[in-house]
Amino acid sequence: MSKKHNGFDKDRRKFLLTATAVTGAVGISVAGIPFITSMKPSEKAKAAGASVAVDTSKIEKGSLLTTEWRGQPVWILNRTEDMVKGLSKMETNLADPQLKVTSQQPKYCQNPTRSIKSDLLVVVGICTHLGCSPTAKLQPKGDMGDNWTGGFFCPCHGSKFDLAGRVYKGSPAPTNLVVPPHKYIDEKTILIGEDQKDEA
Amino acid sequence: MERKNNLMTWVDERLPVSSFIKNHLTQYYAPKNFNFLYFFGALAIVLFALQILTGIFLTMHYKPDALHAFASVEYIMRDVSFGWVIRYMHSTGASLFFVVIYMHMFRAIIYGSYKQPRELLWIFGVLIFLLLMAEAFFGYLLPWGQMSYWGAQVIVNLFATVPFIGPDLAEWVRGDYLVSDATLNRFFAFHVIALPLALAGLIFLHLAALHSVGSNNPDGIEIKQTKDKKTGIPLDGIPFHPYYTVKDLIGLTVFLIVFTAIIFFMPEVGGYFLEHNNFVPADPLVTPAHIAPVWYFTPFYSILRAVPPIFNSQFPGVAAMGAAVLILFIVPWLDKSKVKSIRYKGTLYKKWLAAFVLSFLILGYLGTVPSNIWGQIPNFIPILGGLDLATFVARVFTIVYFAFFVLMPFYSKKDKTKPVPKRVTS
Repeated sequence: MSKKHNGFDKDRRKFLLTATAVTGAVGISVAGIPFITSMKPSEKAKAAGASVAVDTSKIEKGSLLTTEWRGQPVWILNRTEDMVKGLSKMETNLADPQLKVTSQQPKYCQNPTRSIKSDLLVVVGICTHLGCSPTAKLQPKGDMGDNWTGGFFCPCHGSKFDLAGRVYKGSPAPTNLVVPPHKYIDEKTILIGEDQKDEA
Repeated sequence: MERKNNLMTWVDERLPVSSFIKNHLTQYYAPKNFNFLYFFGALAIVLFALQILTGIFLTMHYKPDALHAFASVEYIMRDVSFGWVIRYMHSTGASLFFVVIYMHMFRAIIYGSYKQPRELLWIFGVLIFLLLMAEAFFGYLLPWGQMSYWGAQVIVNLFATVPFIGPDLAEWVRGDYLVSDATLNRFFAFHVIALPLALAGLIFLHLAALHSVGSNNPDGIEIKQTKDKKTGIPLDGIPFHPYYTVKDLIGLTVFLIVFTAIIFFMPEVGGYFLEHNNFVPADPLVTPAHIAPVWYFTPFYSILRAVPPIFNSQFPGVAAMGAAVLILFIVPWLDKSKVKSIRYKGTLYKKWLAAFVLSFLILGYLGTVPSNIWGQIPNFIPILGGLDLATFVARVFTIVYFAFFVLMPFYSKKDKTKPVPKRVTS
């Protein structure tokens, strides 16, 4: 045979070498799966991420309740009528007043107040910039300057949000605050973590 | 004497100890014109050993558990005999490690130690720098203070900005929906075993490459090109031991004076080595008013903050921060200068280098302060009006930082160099 060289078949050697390397690489990749997967959230962490029921009857008008869901702060803001009316006034200064980035709220909150009931706002209190928790500055003016109409201010990098969690132009945060999936299980109790059935 | 020689021969026949000592110490020839900038490599090795040593002893008392971590650090500080010394050695050692590494890298840049034939040596060095940053970041979460927690939160969320796979990637890194016990536990694993092992391996390769090509020197001359005809020993070389071992001991002594002075008199260094907010236990529901990384990350953090979001995505800023470090890998091929050392480079290069050092320092400072520190640019100025002045300055110096590298092929080629002597100058 012409391919034999000093009694060695080079093609055969090359084939065996490649086959061994490929089989080895596949074996190592498959053996890597348990290690990679073990770093994902455990069953315990997933269970802790279950939904949370909150009684909203105790939240006074114009005040904020912070609760916890999946270890993140979730704000429930009971907006006064003035606050709700004021939402439309500052729209020109907002980055996304029309809620074009639809991933930031469920379908049933795709409305001007970003809520199921116009007064009760539910948002995850985590800045969409790099995950700090903004500070509530609900009252107009004050240390935020005379143009401030109330909202949230992130102390990390200065992002500003209005009373519907919509981000102001010029903030480092690219998108509005996230409205988590939630639904009313009765008149006054919100279940955070589960979607409302699309009947509205 | 006779017995000792017999013993040595017995060992040498089984393990090449004597020849190793000859090849790497007593008959390893280093250029005779090293200046003080050449202390920092040896100091980095000493610090690496010291971090391992103090780390082992801290691990004996520390608990990598979200419920106990903060208290166990306080326990080390208050109840463990000399625990405070060991912990301050470790925290001060971390900061000084970066001082030493930055000086070591600066030395390599100004004397062209990355140039042919030392490209691989430089690449191993940049890899060590990268891993060292990861090591410091993982370690910083362990005390489980507010800065630990929110710093980790911010950095892990950088992964979430990667297009498409980002959120899943961040969740995988954290092992939870937020920075939690699971995150602390795995960061501990990375910090105490995975990265130190990888670092030790890379340091070995860095030294192996160094001893293969030999040290550069402030003149940027290859001493191996002028050898004694009879002995084959470089004329400008001196044995590493005893000459440089003794010299490095002097450097180490000076370093230890600074090191111990910090440990005993100002271990927090005004909030720069140990941040004030980290004396408050981690609280996932309350973000501290001002988040800043430890000083050695601040130049890169400034670059992250300076880049505005593009198409509603934070990713460009993250990419710029990554590029600021990764661009170091290709420096050997960006520098087209005919000479290695700054001593024989022209004014054009020196101006660019000065601009780079200035931008690094200013970005470093800006990363430690809130972005509204200098107020806003007045509204009557078009386009820029209303922008934070500090953000604007950070943007300018981010551009300078990258220009130093990106334009290097052009200005290093155009630069008027001086003739390089055959032998090192004293």
